[in-house]
Amino acid sequence: MDEAVKNVLDWNWGAMAPELVILGAATLMTILDLLLPAGRDRRPLAWLGLAGILVAAFLVWRNVQAEPTHILYDMYRVDDFANAFKLVFLAGAAFALLLAVADVGPGGEASSGEKAIRDRGEYFYLLLTGLLGAMMLASAADLIVLFVGLEVLALSSYILVALRRQYLPAVEGAFKYVVNGGIASAITLYGMSFLYGLTGSTNLLAVGEGLRDAYVSGNAYLVYVAFFFLVVGVAFKIAAAPFHMWAPDVYQGAPTPVTAFLAVVSKAAGFALLLRLLLTAFLGLANPLDGSPLLFSELNVYVGAVAAASMIIGNTVALRQTNVKRMMAYSSIAHAGYLLVPFASLTTMVFSQMMFYLVAYLFMTMGAFAVIQLVARDRGSEDLRAFAGLFRRSPLLALAMTLFLLSLAGLPLTAGFIGKFYLFLSAVGREMYALAAIMVLTSVVSFVYYFAVIRQMFLRTGEEGDPGVRVPPTVGTVIALSAAATVLLGLLPDPALDLLAHTFNFSEMFLPLAE
Amino acid sequence: MNGHLLTFLTFSPLVGVLALLFVPRGQTALIRAIGVLATFVPLVLSLVLYARFAPEGGLQFAEKARWFAIPVGEVAFPIEYELGVDGLSLPLVLLTTIVTAVAAVASMHIRQNLKTYFACFLLLEVGMLGVFTSQNLFLFFLFFELTLIPMFFLISKWGYLEREQAALHFLVYNGVGSALLLLAILTLFVRVGDLSFVRVAEALHQAPIPVLSDTAALVLFGLLLVAFGVKLPLFPFHTWMLRVHVQAPPPVVMLHSGIQLKMGAYGLLRMGVGFFPEVAAKLATFLAAWGLVNVLYGAVLALVQRDLKRVFAYSSISHMGIVLLGLAAMNETGFTGAVFQAVSHGFISALLFLLVGVIWERTGTSTVTEMGGLAKSMPVASGMLLAAAMASLGLPGMSGFLSEFLAFLGLFRVQPVLAAVGAVGIVLAAAYLLRAVLRTTFGPTPQPLAGLRDATAAEVTPMLVLLAFIVLLGVWPAVLGDVLHHAVQTLAAALPGRIGG
Repeated sequence: MDEAVKNVLDWNWGAMAPELVILGAATLMTILDLLLPAGRDRRPLAWLGLAGILVAAFLVWRNVQAEPTHILYDMYRVDDFANAFKLVFLAGAAFALLLAVADVGPGGEASSGEKAIRDRGEYFYLLLTGLLGAMMLASAADLIVLFVGLEVLALSSYILVALRRQYLPAVEGAFKYVVNGGIASAITLYGMSFLYGLTGSTNLLAVGEGLRDAYVSGNAYLVYVAFFFLVVGVAFKIAAAPFHMWAPDVYQGAPTPVTAFLAVVSKAAGFALLLRLLLTAFLGLANPLDGSPLLFSELNVYVGAVAAASMIIGNTVALRQTNVKRMMAYSSIAHAGYLLVPFASLTTMVFSQMMFYLVAYLFMTMGAFAVIQLVARDRGSEDLRAFAGLFRRSPLLALAMTLFLLSLAGLPLTAGFIGKFYLFLSAVGREMYALAAIMVLTSVVSFVYYFAVIRQMFLRTGEEGDPGVRVPPTVGTVIALSAAATVLLGLLPDPALDLLAHTFNFSEMFLPLAE
Repeated sequence: MNGHLLTFLTFSPLVGVLALLFVPRGQTALIRAIGVLATFVPLVLSLVLYARFAPEGGLQFAEKARWFAIPVGEVAFPIEYELGVDGLSLPLVLLTTIVTAVAAVASMHIRQNLKTYFACFLLLEVGMLGVFTSQNLFLFFLFFELTLIPMFFLISKWGYLEREQAALHFLVYNGVGSALLLLAILTLFVRVGDLSFVRVAEALHQAPIPVLSDTAALVLFGLLLVAFGVKLPLFPFHTWMLRVHVQAPPPVVMLHSGIQLKMGAYGLLRMGVGFFPEVAAKLATFLAAWGLVNVLYGAVLALVQRDLKRVFAYSSISHMGIVLLGLAAMNETGFTGAVFQAVSHGFISALLFLLVGVIWERTGTSTVTEMGGLAKSMPVASGMLLAAAMASLGLPGMSGFLSEFLAFLGLFRVQPVLAAVGAVGIVLAAAYLLRAVLRTTFGPTPQPLAGLRDATAAEVTPMLVLLAFIVLLGVWPAVLGDVLHHAVQTLAAALPGRIGG
């Protein structure tokens, strides 16, 4: 390096303030958890965490307005791409935290019995460290930082899944998650080693330039190998077929708030990884014969195949599930497939498309898991039949759940419909009709299992004279906010679309930043 | 109010839904009153609409508002809220409001969960009205899909024994139809960059360089044909419709058979022929043959059914085949016949299923062989049934005659052979309808069916209303024809190498 080495403290650490706040909150929670007597209620810790998230969200929003910046020679970028994803993570983690409070609260599933969670402090602060990992991942512009973020998120998630120590499915799920996650990390790392080997740099922008040379200088097949390994690693993270096998067991075994966290935050982090890593590194590659970018003409076919497989497998296998959380796991696999469609049919819209759908998905999935959590603890079962007669018992809850399911199915006047419409657009625009057809037709298949829940709620009668489901205020808040957002994004998507198109400047991602 | 008449009309049933929310579940009389009255609001508004409609005016009562825009790079494709009616949609709007109001009155036999029932019922009406009033593809699709959800509930909660199965079949078949429609719509959106019916049609017809290749146009037309063919329904996509007609409660079948099948006919005319006149003209023989298959298939199967509901269901397939025949004529007369047939069949099948409901209420069966001699105990209902059957088989003076006559007249000019074979369907219609109706109303009365109560005044009123419209269309077709004329002329004018019929 030619220029004088900068003093560590000379960098603009203020840009990292959101992460530092989360880190601080998590540390404080850990220390308080240690100091508090064993019998004391741990729930106030969650409020501390929530306060941290709100402050961090505010700081991220301030970063959106500010110019993009970087720290430590472009290892850590604070650009709008990162900011947008961070906001999704923060919202998802806040919702998961609210659900977790109710989970260990009086009457909660994890408050006593087989499914009890004893380490309640961990329950709350591990959600925060997981969030921290996801946020680092979004900002990472260097393979090392990227991998550290990925691992911080993954390790937190493993423990979170295993929190219900006496509950056998939880142990099974956690074990599968660790093994599968470990393999995925190894594969990702292996893919990254190719990138480093080919380019001699860990900085993503430098990797992108180096790959271009490597590709034309006879190492094309190594570039392909690196791409495949990275896609496999990402596919594990977002639970896309054929690397989805862990998802149903993990989703079923984990406490419902953690399932929601995995379905939303962890999956969104996977998409951040996908875009940041693969776009920055591979976008510059072009076919030497006709100059067409590889990501548009060759590599995208493989991503398209993963998307198609996820949509088909997720939606058809979900048909056979009787456990609602397993069903939601397959539904989330299908959604990973939908979300891959804009990447497979790459256009400049890819960021807004994915972000809009992720936001819609955040609300409908969080809302659905919130209702599932309440029903499961009320009935003591996660079976589809637990929903029988919900409309009679708690009509508002049933209507909210119907809204979330309709949105997941992509029916009109919901966020899911607009989101899916937007996703289709690039597939049709790029004339990838097979992919578009798979997407619409598998969506129809998904009607069947989403409506199976609706059928239970409205058409089956539960036991007569059942009292309504008790809704704790924290879960009530999550459901109300999610329902409002699902309707609002479905009826008036303009502000959100406008925000994505104009306020967030996603192309900052490719900008070489000045010192 | 003129400026927003259509918005008021389309969403007016929502007022009823809102009102229902505040009524306690036990107040059945009040709930019923609100449910019925809420359907009268759009009825009155649609009559106002009809009165103010200028027959030669083309698209009227148009409303347009910015809704949202899809940003694509630097540009944004606007998606607008556009409503409007022309001669093609106005009759169907009226059909919707009339049949829905009648079906609401006829819901007197629904007793369980009345509040939810009427909420779904009114939401369904919003969806159906929206389909016929929307003037852009996005909005059309939105309402088209929106009808699925309340319909699913109406079938699966208030239907007969195998109702849930029927509802699921309905959902999946129509879901696939909508999926194909969405593909077609998106392709048009991407190619044309606009979604308004008028502007898409203009872009497709008048662009100096064709927007779509011949193959692309053919594929899109095929997608639309299947999408609306499921709705219409056309053989072999019809199986779901049989289940719905047998399993759904009679008032819901009235809506379904009376209105929703017409959404298919409307879509085919508006988009299929409206957007792709060249392709449609090229495929005219194929369409006519397909229509013929429907006419004969429906008629032959209706002949051997033992369940009254199945007889009428197959008869619907046969009659919807005639819509396709009229369409395949590709001339003004044929198109007029197709729309006439759609509207006329709407009233007739609503009346038929209303009667099936009334009979079921008393006998607990709809099997033809288990009934007989109903004319003795239920002279009024039996008379109505006979009248409806007569209308359906095309007795002159009633709406069925004129519609079939026009459709076949149109087709005879271009496809005399197919038309002649199709006319056999009319003969068969007489056979299966008379067989079913006479067997039910005359002959010996089985013991358990003796001494049944005749239809009450409350039941007869909606029948009379429907019958009045059937006769009105039969004796004074100008009521519909004048409105329709301009729209049909426009459609036919776009056809290649022909001067309208």
